[in-house]
Amino acid sequence: MTEMAHGAVPLRDGEPILPRWWRTVDKWSMSCVLLLFGIGLLLGLAASPPLAQRNGFAPFHYVERQILFGGIALIAMLLTTMMQPVLVRRLAVIGFAASFVAMAGLPLFGTDFGKGAVRWYSLGFGSVQPSEFIKPGFVVVAAWFLAASTEVGGPPGKRMSLALAVLIAAMLAMQPDFGQACLILFAWGVMYFVAGAPITLLVALGGLAVGAGVMAYENSEHFARRIDGFLSAEVEPTTQLGYATNAIIEGGFFGVGVGEGQVKWSLPDAHTDFIIAVAAEEYGLVLVLAIIALYATVVIRSLARLTRERDPFIRLAGTGLACTFGVQAMINMGVAVRLLPAKGMTLPFVSYGGSSLIAGGLMLGMLLAFTRNRPQGQIGDVLLRQGR
Amino acid sequence: MRTPLRPLPRILEARARGENPDAIERENLRLRRESQRDRSRQRAEGRLTVLGMFFVCAFLLIGFRMGALAASEPEEPRLLASASSISATRADIVDRNGRVLATNLATHSLYAHPQDMVDPERAARELGRIFPDMDAEALLRRFTDGRKFMWIKKTISPEQRQAVHDIGEPGLLFGPREMRLYPNGRLAAHILGGASFGREGVHSAEVIGVAGIEKALDERLRDPAHAHEPLRLSIDLTVQSAMRRVLEGGMKLMNAKGAAAVLIEVDTGQIVSMMSLPDFDPNDRPRPLTAGDAGDSPLFNRAVQGVYELGSAMKIVTVAQAMEAGLVNPSTTIETKGPLTWGRFRIRDFRNYGPELSVTNVVVKSSNIGTARIAMMIGAERQRAFLDSLGLLQPTPVELIEAAGAAPLLPPRWSEISTMTISYGHGLSISPLHLAAAYASLLNGGTRVTPTLLAQDAPDPGPRVVSETVSEAAASMLRQVVVRGTASFGEVEGYEVGGKTGTADKPKPSGGYYDEKVIATFASVFPASDPKYVLVLSLDEPEETSGEEPRRTAGWTAVPVAAEVIRRVAPLLGLRPAVEQDGETLLSRASN
Repeated sequence: MTEMAHGAVPLRDGEPILPRWWRTVDKWSMSCVLLLFGIGLLLGLAASPPLAQRNGFAPFHYVERQILFGGIALIAMLLTTMMQPVLVRRLAVIGFAASFVAMAGLPLFGTDFGKGAVRWYSLGFGSVQPSEFIKPGFVVVAAWFLAASTEVGGPPGKRMSLALAVLIAAMLAMQPDFGQACLILFAWGVMYFVAGAPITLLVALGGLAVGAGVMAYENSEHFARRIDGFLSAEVEPTTQLGYATNAIIEGGFFGVGVGEGQVKWSLPDAHTDFIIAVAAEEYGLVLVLAIIALYATVVIRSLARLTRERDPFIRLAGTGLACTFGVQAMINMGVAVRLLPAKGMTLPFVSYGGSSLIAGGLMLGMLLAFTRNRPQGQIGDVLLRQGR
Repeated sequence: MRTPLRPLPRILEARARGENPDAIERENLRLRRESQRDRSRQRAEGRLTVLGMFFVCAFLLIGFRMGALAASEPEEPRLLASASSISATRADIVDRNGRVLATNLATHSLYAHPQDMVDPERAARELGRIFPDMDAEALLRRFTDGRKFMWIKKTISPEQRQAVHDIGEPGLLFGPREMRLYPNGRLAAHILGGASFGREGVHSAEVIGVAGIEKALDERLRDPAHAHEPLRLSIDLTVQSAMRRVLEGGMKLMNAKGAAAVLIEVDTGQIVSMMSLPDFDPNDRPRPLTAGDAGDSPLFNRAVQGVYELGSAMKIVTVAQAMEAGLVNPSTTIETKGPLTWGRFRIRDFRNYGPELSVTNVVVKSSNIGTARIAMMIGAERQRAFLDSLGLLQPTPVELIEAAGAAPLLPPRWSEISTMTISYGHGLSISPLHLAAAYASLLNGGTRVTPTLLAQDAPDPGPRVVSETVSEAAASMLRQVVVRGTASFGEVEGYEVGGKTGTADKPKPSGGYYDEKVIATFASVFPASDPKYVLVLSLDEPEETSGEEPRRTAGWTAVPVAAEVIRRVAPLLGLRPAVEQDGETLLSRASN
């Protein structure tokens, strides 16, 4: 009667977007990402002035740029987390197609900024590195294929996604960017693993990867130099690795003090690939462990939430994104402590770099969108199957 | 086992009941799909857990590694090259009887850490007082220009060290430093060469050889495996000492500007003594000459590096070859009517020796014409091959770094006239050591010897050069030269000295020869009846001025000096003088 007298209450087919988002999103992981971004800015304040000075900019030029790019990245991340998985998938596929085309065009229109690898498009005010954007896109597309293949009468998604992965890895290896190529192959491998790869095949693939590595070592001088640098037991103190190791040792537990570090003056990549060395030197082991804990929290929480996920696509895509993110951080830090051979790889969200920041934002946004709480049909299980 | 999608009993039952059997198929399909999903979900759950574990482990590993690095002690970054420890070990060098020629002395180096200095001004002043060769102001300037490290002195004495200690400056530091010491000073200067510091660190410095045997055998001397095993040379310190005295005196007496001598064992090629004058103190090597002739530097080893035309001393080589080839015997008559013309060249003798001489007399009288004629019988090819077999066309293989650079000077074209001049020692420049080795090869019974400075335990006969008969004949001819020829001053009673003189005009740098500058050489062997040692002694620009006009020929200059050397050295070498016949009877009579 009330409705008849006062008009109907406007019917909502669900909760409002923001409250539901807030209720379902993984707030812990999101906080970790925000903290990592903050740490990135803090370290940028320490690590980038020498570079700005070398390039003739104001001391905090790169910090300002990082705030700008980081802002864009955070907005992109938040917007993405609010999307439904299907929308995420659609946009990611479009984004993947775009970055794939961009990467294919690199040999023609790209530039190498004098670093020996053609990875960037120069846009005047900044540069874009398509290989950063292709990673989340590829993960989603591959997960889609893999999930589709599990359907009865579905497409041969495993083979298709593998072909795609190999193609992209080959393109990356030609730049040459062996780090990203390995990352793509790793992401596919992880998803395939979770999608139910036969164990024998996994072992065989592992062997193949080792073989490919050996071949790259034989044929690419760039690659061989880095591996050799790693294998030689003693590290020359004048190499990047030597400086990084020394910085970590100098830092000790609580660091030499803010702004007191020396390594940023000698390492050309102090603000990107070796940012962890700057962190270790100026703030000590404490900050490094905090950073590791933040990455571990994001990865482990995401994986834990994904174990409850019933939709194969979401499960696979989430796994691929979380692992790519985690492995990238792991490789970056592993290099600095000489657990892994030197490989140019940024520390997601902490290292300076527009493309890597924004792509990282998109990636985490997708991951958080996939790990949101959603009904998983547990009630159906209870009611229909009587606890089967 | 797979349940069929359309189980026949149920289909038939449904048909009987009039229901649509497709519904059963759809239901079964849904169930199958669902169970498949459940299975894959459970598997994924397990695998995601594995992945999670992997990440936990990896992050923990990185964290631990970071912690381990952070906990390790910071140390001064060093280049790998200098991180490898500097080895200061260097073996001693001893003579054949084990007497020390070169050893190491522990001293200290002095360096500064200016940033640790309390009072740099005072430190500089005091250092200037302790080390008069250092300028206090310059030191102070270097102490205060911001450097963190500087060497002050490479080696200091214990007294100086105490004095620096007494300054009490914490920024002045000492490092242990081994120093090479040559206790015999100049005695074997050219053989030993010298040493200096190589890579230097605060805690030690490499001692590396810079010349002579120290450089040639640097690796052996620095090899830690042989560090406590001294390098034993063939040199006899006593002989070396006696020879140096005589040679130095002889050089002064004969107004020569330089002298060289080589004493070699004929059977083994071991060099018993070798020297070159003027010499230097290897403890304080002089700087090499920057201007002028390097041959005038005391660093120049005349015995090895000085390649000269050694003159008539070569004649015995030519004669020995002719005898070996069967072309002549000691009494064959050779035409010596002069001058011998060949094209525009004329070969003369010092005096006219008549129309013909026996081969022995060609050597005894030192007839250029006669030797040239014998050489023509031999021919260029065979002469060259024979000289090569004696090692006269290659640098000597002796263990001195300088030896490899002292290659004999050969005529560019080995023409017939070259053959003739080389036969009496002109046109081929060799070092005294070359000549000594060739004499040893000819006279030891005819087997090639390789000169060496390292003590050998047993003779190692080389390939045969001439027959024993020829070797004996050559020795007896050389003896004749001393008995009745040009080297009559060479007679040393009881030691049967044989030898051949050689007086060669010195070549002018501009071409041609000086008239009044000669190299006088005496190549001798003793005892001639059973050759044991060869001594080659050579004086540079000697002038014997006791007579009315200056005499420069080797017979007047090099021979008396060599005779004195043999007189002094032969007893040291353990040679018994051959007692004359009547001396023997005298002796027996006394015993009766």
